[in-house]
Amino acid sequence: MLNVKSHMKSLLGLVVAASMLTVLPAQSAEVIKLATTTSTENSGLLQELLPKFESASGYKVQVIATGTGKALKLGEQGDVDLVMTHAPSAEAKFVADGFGVEPRGIMENDFVVLGPKNDPAKLRESKTAEEAFAKIAKSGLPFLSRGDNSGTHIKELEVWKAAGVTPDFKGYTSVGQGMGKTLLMANELQGYTLSDRGTFVAYKTKLDLGVDFDGGKTLANPYQVILINPAKYPDLNHKGAKAFSDWLISKEGQAMINSFKVEGEQLFKATYSE
Amino acid sequence: MSEGWLALLQQALSLLFSLDPDVWSIISVSFSVSFAALLITLVPSMVLGFVLAFAHFPGKWFVTNLVQTLQSIPTVVIGLLVYLILTRNGPLGDLKWLFTQEGMILGQMLICAPVMIAMSQAAFTSVDRRAWETSRTLGASWAGAVWAVCRELRMPLLLAIVAAFSRILTEVGCSMMVGGNILNVTRNIPTAIALETSKGDFAQAIALGLVLLILALILNFALGSLRGKETPRSH
Repeated sequence: MLNVKSHMKSLLGLVVAASMLTVLPAQSAEVIKLATTTSTENSGLLQELLPKFESASGYKVQVIATGTGKALKLGEQGDVDLVMTHAPSAEAKFVADGFGVEPRGIMENDFVVLGPKNDPAKLRESKTAEEAFAKIAKSGLPFLSRGDNSGTHIKELEVWKAAGVTPDFKGYTSVGQGMGKTLLMANELQGYTLSDRGTFVAYKTKLDLGVDFDGGKTLANPYQVILINPAKYPDLNHKGAKAFSDWLISKEGQAMINSFKVEGEQLFKATYSE
Repeated sequence: MSEGWLALLQQALSLLFSLDPDVWSIISVSFSVSFAALLITLVPSMVLGFVLAFAHFPGKWFVTNLVQTLQSIPTVVIGLLVYLILTRNGPLGDLKWLFTQEGMILGQMLICAPVMIAMSQAAFTSVDRRAWETSRTLGASWAGAVWAVCRELRMPLLLAIVAAFSRILTEVGCSMMVGGNILNVTRNIPTAIALETSKGDFAQAIALGLVLLILALILNFALGSLRGKETPRSH
């Protein structure tokens, strides 16, 4: 009995060791960890792109979808192999601080100011995003802010600043939630909010809100893909990350971004230029 | 981690001791909402627990099991229920309670009542019926006799209250859904910890976690010392 038991044990040990040997190196070479924003994940863009890249390259991409702030933080801590985010100022700092290398603008979409369909604050007559924001602050109606350091939240704070408004007026509501949740809350309270167009289109059928202001340079929303500095974290999957970044700016990747549609609307415009 | 543990802990402690207004607003929301929910449900729950323990009526078995079941419903399910009731097109949509403290209190009442009912019922069931009969025969009024029983049971009843309170003070699902995590209005300790962690700002999350930890320690030590003072009863 004992003999069999000890045999079993060593056999089990062998099996475990063997499987580890085969699995581990394979895993670290195969998996690419990508930290990105909820907008690329919620809209379904990545579900469209990744299978194509994976079958072409043999890598497996694992997506961690959070706000831009957290995604960059994960990059800073060396927890992911690359990041795909949309907050130019935060990204510039990320590169300047030596965490990120080879930033590439891959695509853009735009932000929209959403609000009640009857537009009580009369935003539709505004010329600029700043003017529209100032009207919201004056109206006393609720304005829902993401309040979570996401790319959208950072953009919103920039617009307040440009409009010369301190965001602490009566209706200012900082909710600390993702985009989708914030849209549902804005819908419940019938207030205004700033959203990326992608998430809005994806949620359109659930909402009694309309686009009360859009367009203009201020509300452009460019996305970048940035690799992590190998000098800081030598043991990440830099080869895989580079391959994915290269594929995103390839003809095929860029064409796929352009042809991605939700509810019949094109959400992202490919922008990479040599 | 690019920041050391110690540095984070230091930041967290300085947030607490420098009376950072955001942190204290979060703590005060947590306590005011949970205390309100506890105080509103306290007496009705205890009465119901008492009735379930002492009275006999048809369907008692069903009610007892229902309360037991409600105790183990996940808080997100209660959150979902309250959300659906309070939403704009819901039955109580006109109250405009969604994303307010009133809504959070309602949700927390539903979470803590079953805990208090079930635990007080267990306590009242365990008491020697003679304590009740003795005080009645000694001429105590009905209320006086109830009071005597409650005095006899102060320990398990206190435990019921503490258990219910700790459940609502630490639940995140219902508060997040019904309260909406609005800064200075409905952002409480658990939802703030969830948010700060998702932002990657751990200092505030740790500070708030410490508050919960310290509170748990105080409550347990207080209960422990009370228990220590109790003289063993000889029946």
